[in-house]
Amino acid sequence: MIRISGLSRQAGERNILEDINLEIRRGEIFTLIGPSGSGKTTLLRLIDLLDLPTAGTIFFDGQDTAGTEQVRLAIRRRMGMVFQKPAVLNTTVAENVAFGLKFRGADPAQVPDRVRSALELVGLLGFEERRAVTLSGGEMQRVAIARAMVTEPEVLLLDEPTANLDPVSTELIEDLLIRINSRMHTTILFSTHDMIQGQRLAHRMGVIMHGRLAQVGTLHDIFYKPYGREVARFVGVDTILKGVVQTNERGLALVAIGNASFEVVAPCPPGKTVTLYIRPEEVSISIPDGAKKTSVRNQLVGTITKLVSLGPFIRVTVDCGMPIIALITTRSCGELGLAIGTTVVASVKASAIHVRADP
Amino acid sequence: MDEIVMGITQAIDLIVTLNPEVLHIAALSVYISLAATLLAACVSIPLGGLIHFREFRGKSILKVIIQTLYSVPTVVVGLLLYLLLSRSGPLGLFGLLFTPEGMILGQMVLIIPITTGLVISALSGVDRNISDTLVSLGATEFQCIVQIVKEARLAILSAVILAFGRAISEVGVAMMIGGNIAGQTRVLTTAIALQTGMGDFGFSIALGIILLSIALVVVVSLNIITSGLSSEHQQVLGGPRS
Repeated sequence: MIRISGLSRQAGERNILEDINLEIRRGEIFTLIGPSGSGKTTLLRLIDLLDLPTAGTIFFDGQDTAGTEQVRLAIRRRMGMVFQKPAVLNTTVAENVAFGLKFRGADPAQVPDRVRSALELVGLLGFEERRAVTLSGGEMQRVAIARAMVTEPEVLLLDEPTANLDPVSTELIEDLLIRINSRMHTTILFSTHDMIQGQRLAHRMGVIMHGRLAQVGTLHDIFYKPYGREVARFVGVDTILKGVVQTNERGLALVAIGNASFEVVAPCPPGKTVTLYIRPEEVSISIPDGAKKTSVRNQLVGTITKLVSLGPFIRVTVDCGMPIIALITTRSCGELGLAIGTTVVASVKASAIHVRADP
Repeated sequence: MDEIVMGITQAIDLIVTLNPEVLHIAALSVYISLAATLLAACVSIPLGGLIHFREFRGKSILKVIIQTLYSVPTVVVGLLLYLLLSRSGPLGLFGLLFTPEGMILGQMVLIIPITTGLVISALSGVDRNISDTLVSLGATEFQCIVQIVKEARLAILSAVILAFGRAISEVGVAMMIGGNIAGQTRVLTTAIALQTGMGDFGFSIALGIILLSIALVVVVSLNIITSGLSSEHQQVLGGPRS
C-alpha cells in the first residue's frame, strides 16, 4: 500500500530521519514504536505528505508521491490522519466531522448522513450539535477519528493517538481501531511509545531509534528476537549478558559469562562472542532445596538485591555474579517469602534465551 | 464654574431635544468612520492573511513597520493625504479634498496598519495544529486560509472594533482632509475643536458626551467579545465547560 525507500529528513544540520525503507501492506495494522523524539511523528507527517523529505521516495499504492501540490493533495485525500493532540475547530461536532467532505466538494445532501455514520462508528451519536471545544480529551480524539474516517480513507495514520488519554479512553480508541480495521479494511499505521499498546493492536511493528528503523517484524520477532541492545532494552528485555561460546553440541551451546555458564540454543561456534537476551517473564525464581530435578537447563544461585513492585507483579533482581532480572507475581513473591538478601535459584530454559553473535 | 454648569445644562438640552445639527454631525461621524473601518477591514483581512501565511524575506521587518504605524500621528497622515489629494497633487483630479469620501480614505490609511497588524496576531493565535489538521483533511491552501480566518473571527472582530474607535476619535485627518465644512464634512471631533475655540461650550460638551457614548459602546462590545474569546480559550485548555 505504502512503500518507502531511502527516506531521510534533515532539520538544519540534524538528521531527524535517516534512510528509512519500509513497506506497509494493504489492510494491516502497522505500529511504529520508539522512544519520544525518535522520529515517529516526522515519519508520519512525511507519509501524510504534510512535509517534504530531504531525500528518498514514498510510493502510495504504487504511485510516486513526489510532484506538484495538486498531485500531493489528490493522494493526501486518500488518507486520514489523527494527531497526538486533537485540534478541533471552534464549531459544532457535526461541522468538525464534515470538513473533509466539504473540502472534497461532497454532495451537501449526503453530508449529514455520512457525518452521522462516522459519529456512530466512534460511539458519539447524539453529539452532533455539541460545541467541539467543550468535549473531553478522549471525546475530542474520537471526533478526530470520525473526522478522518468520514471520507473513507484507504489509509488511516495516527500519531500517538492515546498518549494524552486516561486508560478508559485509551481502551475505547484501541477497540475502535481494531473495529475500523476489521470492518472497513482500512490500512492503519500508528505510532506509540507504549510497547504494550503496540503489542495489543499491531499485526506488524517497526522499531524506530534515533531516526533509523532498527527492526521491522512481527510482535514475536521484536519481543523475543530483538536486533541489538537498544531495541531489546526498549521492548523490555531486562537481562542482557555478553559471553563467549565454549562448546557447541548440535546447536546447544554453552556460553561462559563470568564464573557461570548458560546453555542456549544457537548455532554459534566455540570462541564466538555472543550477547544473550533474557526477558524477565522467562525467568522463574525458586527456593533452593537441592533434590528437585527439572528440565530447565540454566539454574543459577544468587541473592536478591532489589524488589520493585509493579502492582500485580514484582520485578526481582538476583545477583548471580551478574544481575538476572525476573518478573513474578506479587502473590508468589509473598508465598516464597522473598526479601532482599534471600538466597534463591533463578531458572531459565535454554530455548527462552535469545542469542545474537556479536559482529 | 458657571460656564461649565451652563454648558452641561445646554448640552443636555441639545441632546434631549434631538437638535438636528448635533444629530447630523454625529451621524456623519459614524458614517465616515464606519465606512473607513469596513473598507480597511476588507483590505486588512486578506492582506494580514497573506502576510501571515506566506513566507518571504523581510517578513519580520514588515511586521515591525506595521506595528510602528499603529501610533502614526493623525496629522502626519492628514498632511500626506493633503499633498496627494490637493488640486495640484497626483490624486487631485478625483476632487476628494474636503469631501466625506476623502475623509474616509484618510481614516482608512490611518487604521489599516492597526487592523492588519491585529489580524496577523489574531491568525498567529490560532493553534498551529489546526492548520495541520485542515491540510491533512484535504484542504487546499485557499480552503485552509478561509477556515483559519473563520477560527480567528472573534479576535479579528475585536481588532475591527478597536480600529473604529481610533477612526471616530481622531481629529487630524478629519480636520485637514475634511476641513470642518458645516453640513458637509463637519464631524464630532472637528466640531468640538472649533466650537470650543468660538466659546460655544454647550455645543462642544453635547458633542463630547455623544463621542464618549460611542466610545462606551465600543468598549462594552469589545469586552463582550474578548470575554467570549477567553472563555472559549479556557474550554480549549480543558477548563470549565459550558
